Amino acid sequence: MAGNRLPRWLVVALAAGPATGLAVFFAWPFLTLLAEALTGETIASTIRRRSTRTVVWFTLWQALVSTAVTIALGLAPAYVVARYEFRGRTLLVGLLTAVFVLPTVVMGAAFLALLPDSLDRTVWAVIGAHVVFNLAVVVRLVSLAWEHLPTDMESAAATLGATPRRVFAEITLPLLRPALTASAAIVFLFTFTSFGVVRVIGAPGTRTIEVEVWRRATQLGDLGGAATLALLQLAVLGAFVAWSAIAQRRSSRALDLRPAISRRRPVGRTEVGRVRAIAGASAALVVAPLLALVVRSFSTPTGWSVSAWTNLGRTEIRPGLRIGIDPIDALWNSVRTAAWATLFAVVIGALASLAIAAAGRSGRFLDVGLMLPLGTSAVTIGFGMLITFDTAPVDWRASWWLVPVGHALIAVPFVVRATLGVLRSVDPDLTDAAATLGASPSRAWIETVVPYLWWPLAVGGALAAAISLGEFGATSFLSRSGGETLPIAIERLLARTGSLLQAQGSALAAILALVTILLVVGVEHAPRIAPRIAPAARRDRSRRRT
Amino acid sequence: MRVITTLLGAALAVTATACGTDASSSGDKVTLVAYDSFPVEGTPVNDALAAFTAESGIEVELLIAGDTGTMLSKAALTAGNPEGDVMWGVDNTFLSRALDAGVFDPYRAAGLDTVPAELTVLVPDAEATPVDFSDVCLNYDIGWFAQRGLAPPASLGDLVDPAYADLLVVQNPATSSPGLAFLLATIDAFGPDGWQDYWRALTDNGVEVVDGWTQAYTERFSWTGRGPRPIVVSYGSSPPFEVLFADPPRDDSPTAVIESSCFRQIEFAGVLRGTDEPEAARRLVDFLLTDGFQRTLPLNVFVFPANGSTELPPEFVEFSTIPEAPRSLDPIDIEANRADWIDEWTELVLG
Repeated sequence: MAGNRLPRWLVVALAAGPATGLAVFFAWPFLTLLAEALTGETIASTIRRRSTRTVVWFTLWQALVSTAVTIALGLAPAYVVARYEFRGRTLLVGLLTAVFVLPTVVMGAAFLALLPDSLDRTVWAVIGAHVVFNLAVVVRLVSLAWEHLPTDMESAAATLGATPRRVFAEITLPLLRPALTASAAIVFLFTFTSFGVVRVIGAPGTRTIEVEVWRRATQLGDLGGAATLALLQLAVLGAFVAWSAIAQRRSSRALDLRPAISRRRPVGRTEVGRVRAIAGASAALVVAPLLALVVRSFSTPTGWSVSAWTNLGRTEIRPGLRIGIDPIDALWNSVRTAAWATLFAVVIGALASLAIAAAGRSGRFLDVGLMLPLGTSAVTIGFGMLITFDTAPVDWRASWWLVPVGHALIAVPFVVRATLGVLRSVDPDLTDAAATLGASPSRAWIETVVPYLWWPLAVGGALAAAISLGEFGATSFLSRSGGETLPIAIERLLARTGSLLQAQGSALAAILALVTILLVVGVEHAPRIAPRIAPAARRDRSRRRT
Repeated sequence: MRVITTLLGAALAVTATACGTDASSSGDKVTLVAYDSFPVEGTPVNDALAAFTAESGIEVELLIAGDTGTMLSKAALTAGNPEGDVMWGVDNTFLSRALDAGVFDPYRAAGLDTVPAELTVLVPDAEATPVDFSDVCLNYDIGWFAQRGLAPPASLGDLVDPAYADLLVVQNPATSSPGLAFLLATIDAFGPDGWQDYWRALTDNGVEVVDGWTQAYTERFSWTGRGPRPIVVSYGSSPPFEVLFADPPRDDSPTAVIESSCFRQIEFAGVLRGTDEPEAARRLVDFLLTDGFQRTLPLNVFVFPANGSTELPPEFVEFSTIPEAPRSLDPIDIEANRADWIDEWTELVLG
């Protein structure tokens, strides 16, 4: 491992930031809430309740099935995106990501509109939505690893007569395993804690643990029952994430990473056809719900109308009649929140990735710890913050920055996942070479490892920004004054009577989708810094060999 | 590197604006905690609050705390060290929980004598102040019934008639406040031992259940053009908004209310126990009952004023229904039985 040569104090210093953030903004509020709400009696009665078993079982099996199907379907588009250059490639990634980050309340309704009546409100519809919405995780993380895989091993195997199937099974798949495990962990986390999709698309009465925690905490006022379930959920997910972190480390190996990515245009009729079919099918899966949104913004009960769009910035609908929701303001709030959340997430994520990669075995704790907020019910964190940050010097309940911090908690794991895979694959030879040439351990590390960081950080940052833009759960459980984000404004518009407001809600959702797509496509087109520096590092190594 | 610098720059630029808007106050300041359908800015409600500030020197900050259930759970959790000073909008289905948790400081508001007795009966010792009311009612699509020459149902009992099979969509009372109100209406109508049979009959007659109001009204209700069901659980104030926020504009309502199905919701405000500004908080509660504030409620908060002398806007009077004898249940009974009723209903209708 490249970072093993880092001085110990530096590793500790790197880890200190992320660990403190996690302790203060996640562990402390969560534990405070548990201490407040849990009693032996509430735990016993919740565990004994028959519905608890039903809910836990449903949560578990639907998440497992959703994850398996998402991974299986995501491999083909990940391959095409990683290996081929074709028109619309970045757009495809942008579309997939948009569907992933858009609020599920909005996307769920759009998805539902497309379903045939026979599938309406079945568990298969829920799983279908989970697959479509989470496809981006697999495509992004796996393609990021795939495009850096050396092709020479594959070519060698092929030259020696291995069939493409065998090359894939025996060379490519094992090399991709860390990325596959990482994306499976994230998809599992997201589907296990599914909230909006289950409520909007699921049959009435089907509940995940997350929905049941929300219902007990907010609608029934049964905080003890909610806390018990939240703890149960975290226990299951903590075990799963720990397992996946170990699996990822075991299966990751140092490779001669190819700093320059050699995507090529598909050649020949079969290859062109294959790329087109795979890209087209994946695009169709995600474009359909997006289009449904756009269509809705033009539809009224009595026919088509453009007034949702022409009235977009206006808060006064008729003389003297105002809607009390300012979409432009909300868009601004969202952008501001996303900028902060991204900054927090990138800084914390970069420090954390470096520390995790360098710390070896003990880095696992930080790695798993940072994933935990994804698996914790949003309502318990929100309520926990409320009773933790309520007295000076930590009277932060009404602070504007609590929302971006909440978003960053959710986004950091994505930055870490994007960065860590690349960091772990940096060839230790490079650092050795630099050291041989007389560089101090820190210097050698900075010169050889850091250049690889920028690109995954940019990708992770874009994802963090997109996640923040679409985040609904955590934001909705933190009280706020004047800081309404776009997803909250959309939810409020859709929750009101009047066809004009309904159409406006859909128009805003379409705008949110567009911003997300632009963000992701923009990063994809941004100049890559790593490849420009990397050849110098390669030269170092060839020098050693001569 | 460039990406990071750009991000940093953007973040710094926005902080500058964020900090710039932090008003430093000199006088009293109170925080009004409200549910998420309370208008945040730009409406006559907010103008009225600004007028209160101008007149009293007390600044009012709005804190949106989520739907009513979430808002109340937070208030119960922080009782004694509240997030704000005054809370708006706990309704009678949640009132008993709020009072049990000691969320409010009792206070007899200055204008309480303008509020009709049927609204104050639940709070005889001024434990909280009734500020508005509304009704959860069955709404139907007028055109749908007219087209088929079918008379719309007139009562809850009609809905089990096979002539109305597969026409009704309701919300799950486990996850939706109007859904719960409708269940309570049927418990009031058929009694604590009779509602189960009624719901069995409704289920046999093809009632559809969805998670919340938004899906029921905007996805499944026939008027909105997407759903097949012409009868839906919504509010007594929904029809006027189908006129006011219609696109294209129209001057008659496409929907109407089945009056005998309406369940009354009364909303309360109160001074939060543990406030740092008890005096200013009380003055704000007084203000919430004045005509100047109450008359802004119908068009912006979609509820009827509690102040009996406040006049309703003409478009509201024309299309909305205020039932003579709305259904209701004792809040203490609701709190004591809510979880059991919901479990029993779930078993019966979804099980």
